[in-house]
Amino acid sequence: MTDTLSNTHSASLERTKLIRAGLRRRHMSEAIFRGLGLAAIILALGFVALLFTDVFRKGIPAFTQSNLHLAVTFDPTVIDVGPAPARADFTSEAEYNAASLKWQRDVALLNWNTIIEQSMRAAAPAGYEIDTRALLTIPETDARHRVRAMFVENPALLGQTVDVDVLASANATNWIKGNINRDLSDAQQQLSPQARTLIDTFEANGTVSNGFAWSIFTNVDSRAAPASAGLLGAFVGTLWMMLIVVILAVPIGVAAAVYLEEFAPKSRLTDFIEVNINNLAAVPSIVFGLLGAAAFINYMHLPISAPIVGGLVLTLMTLPTIIIATRGALLGVSPALRQAALGMGASKTQMVFHHVLPVTFPSILTATILGVAHALGETAPLLLIGMKAFVASVPTTPFDQATALPVQIYLWQGNENRNFFEPRTAAAIMVLLAVMILLNGVAIYLRSRLEKRA
Amino acid sequence: MNALIVAALLLVLLGVAYQSGWSRSRNLVTAEGVKVHSRPQYHGSYVAIWAMLPALVILGLWAWFGGGITHNYTVSQIPQDTLLALDQVQLNATVSRINAIASGYGIAGEIQPFEQSAGDALRSFQMLTFLGMLLAAAVAGGAALLYARSRVTARLRARNAVERFVNIALLACSAVAILTTVGIVASLVTEAYKFFTFINPLDFFFGTVWNPNNAGTAGNWGSYGLLPLLVGTLMITAIAMLVAVPVGLMAAIYLSQYAPRQLRAVAKPLIEILAGIPTIVFGFFALVTVGPFLRDVGGFFGLSINATSALTAGVVMGIMIIPFVSSLSDDILNQVPRTLRDGAYGLGATKSETIRNVLLPAALPGIVGAFLLAVSRAVGETMIVVLAAGNSPVLRGNPFEPVATITVSIVNQLTGDTDFAGPQSLVGFALGLTLFVITLCLNVVALYIVRRFREQYE
Repeated sequence: MTDTLSNTHSASLERTKLIRAGLRRRHMSEAIFRGLGLAAIILALGFVALLFTDVFRKGIPAFTQSNLHLAVTFDPTVIDVGPAPARADFTSEAEYNAASLKWQRDVALLNWNTIIEQSMRAAAPAGYEIDTRALLTIPETDARHRVRAMFVENPALLGQTVDVDVLASANATNWIKGNINRDLSDAQQQLSPQARTLIDTFEANGTVSNGFAWSIFTNVDSRAAPASAGLLGAFVGTLWMMLIVVILAVPIGVAAAVYLEEFAPKSRLTDFIEVNINNLAAVPSIVFGLLGAAAFINYMHLPISAPIVGGLVLTLMTLPTIIIATRGALLGVSPALRQAALGMGASKTQMVFHHVLPVTFPSILTATILGVAHALGETAPLLLIGMKAFVASVPTTPFDQATALPVQIYLWQGNENRNFFEPRTAAAIMVLLAVMILLNGVAIYLRSRLEKRA
Repeated sequence: MNALIVAALLLVLLGVAYQSGWSRSRNLVTAEGVKVHSRPQYHGSYVAIWAMLPALVILGLWAWFGGGITHNYTVSQIPQDTLLALDQVQLNATVSRINAIASGYGIAGEIQPFEQSAGDALRSFQMLTFLGMLLAAAVAGGAALLYARSRVTARLRARNAVERFVNIALLACSAVAILTTVGIVASLVTEAYKFFTFINPLDFFFGTVWNPNNAGTAGNWGSYGLLPLLVGTLMITAIAMLVAVPVGLMAAIYLSQYAPRQLRAVAKPLIEILAGIPTIVFGFFALVTVGPFLRDVGGFFGLSINATSALTAGVVMGIMIIPFVSSLSDDILNQVPRTLRDGAYGLGATKSETIRNVLLPAALPGIVGAFLLAVSRAVGETMIVVLAAGNSPVLRGNPFEPVATITVSIVNQLTGDTDFAGPQSLVGFALGLTLFVITLCLNVVALYIVRRFREQYE
């Protein structure tokens, strides 16, 4: 009796031991599994952090830019042009206009590079030997336009000396900021040895200094003067497109969602529309670009590389997102609200537009902002409708040639002067990300605020 | 300018019509003291809709056909003998010169007498037609207004009419979604068909050489074999999935099953930031950071990895897709009924055993659906590949070498010119059609699986 008892006892001990051993193994694998999960989270967050720090590290230096402070003398021997015509000397407006156009043409034909060269030599140490060509690689090529515009604006400057800040050229900026390896041989350097030494001298005597690169925000893209290339044109182009997206996609999307969710009879057709919309949401964006190229440009003859076409393409791309989000919001409205409205004698349309839709407003707003933020960063479809053309103007209407922020990033990263444009591309990305984060922040803020009120 | 005038006049018509319907309805109430079927707003809207429709139809017809009519008129103003001497390009140039003269901006070069007279004639023609069109629209709108107004009586069911109109407008809006699909399919198929009149479809779908001759003429178009691009696309997609699926799935499991609330509240939106970053940014990141890093790592182990390669593009694309996989899997894991999990716990299973042996098998169809959706995204992704894959359309199996994909080739062949005359640009549509069909199949299957999965547990 006692024997069997102890036998069972030892058997159960045996089993406990077995379970213990197994348990250790199982807990071990539990810990490993859990660790793997944590590792995945850390990896994913690490990628976010890495991407942001990388872009910031590269982009922040581009927000400072080297300027040359020059004392520009409007030398009468170089600016050999008659006095600007005055309105009083002419009998008619037309004659005056003709004369002043002729005068401006004469002014444009003058050798303004000489003026820049003289001011540069004045700033350089006396007797410093450097040929004109090498000297003029230091300021950006648009310096002469700046000075000329000053003179056209105010012809009284003739013979005077004025302090002017001009941008240093892209290559000079690279040298000053150390974007290019200073130890490379002369053959590999973009600037001549004299020019490089002169830049260093300028830096020492204060002719060159670094300031905030306002040009990124106030200028349009430029090829002839890369240091002055800015995002303004692309920004306005993007703004036009987003305006079109908001004006078209929101009403159409909300209306479509309302129809499908509230009015549509359950039929094959509405089933088909539903499948359709879900599919459209997953169609690659480049296919929408093909649609734009074939339908809007080739068939309807809308202008190429214009924000109107980009806006239409992005609208079609954003529609499914807004429709799906709005349907979700409509589905979430409590049936009590509907029944109360119907019970008070409202018609179905009244119920939807007066009671249900207002409740979903926060969700629709959030979906809209997120949809717009997504459209804002889209690049591929815009390339196909010709928006990667170089455009050096600010579009004043949606029918003008334009480019967009993400496309500008694409164009800049492809620029040959990598040393200069890599930081500037990163800076442009920072601007794009800032806009997106702003939009997302606004969406989150509005949602929380409106939901609290509702 | 003209558009603004038209818009302003339409607004005026709208306001007047609404007001007249509204006030008539009010008079009905006060004068007779009878019960009116609809409220005054509905009568106002009713008259406004009646007034706007004919005006809009006329304006729409003019917008559609007006350009052609004006063009024909301009051509008719050119003297017969001059007209016969012009070829198509010269004719277009002459027409645009006449248009410039008519618009009053003036043109470069000497203005020939016939150009001047045609320009003047065109100018008055434009003025007349514009005014005529406005007048027609106004008359039609006004007549419709009066007619609708005369119908406003106590018994008129204006609300029902307006609601029917709203209903139709809503239906029209949801038809836009179908029209988009129809437009995509139609444009892809017609242009791809044109492409296949140049190139044999068999040579396209089974060709192993991609070497379009961009300056080519008839008989010398170059080779348009799809296979190198398809292999490149699949290779990059596979690498992306190898990165995204384990990380995304494990992240979803950890966040939904293990993570304390605070961590979940912070980590989930942070990971979703990745989903909001534009792909061009990922492309830049791949090109300037990940590519050189992978090359150096490869060099350290004695492997020759190109900075722009299938590996670079695939890894970065995988990073991009992580949040997509994780949020979809998160949804799906949350849909598995609690009872299944509780049952497993009750039998003494540890958390990870429950997840591996109960949760994941139960959620498998949904996860496969999510996986297919992610594949479809990777296949259609463009900018990362354009920047970081190296664009080398050669058939090879080494992921450390540059490749090209379907999307890259679309971008390469289609930017620049827009006259879709030769196979060089038309091939973009054939590639687009291929891409569309691949992603469509993936999406349909995936959405079907996910839907079935949801229904299973509902």
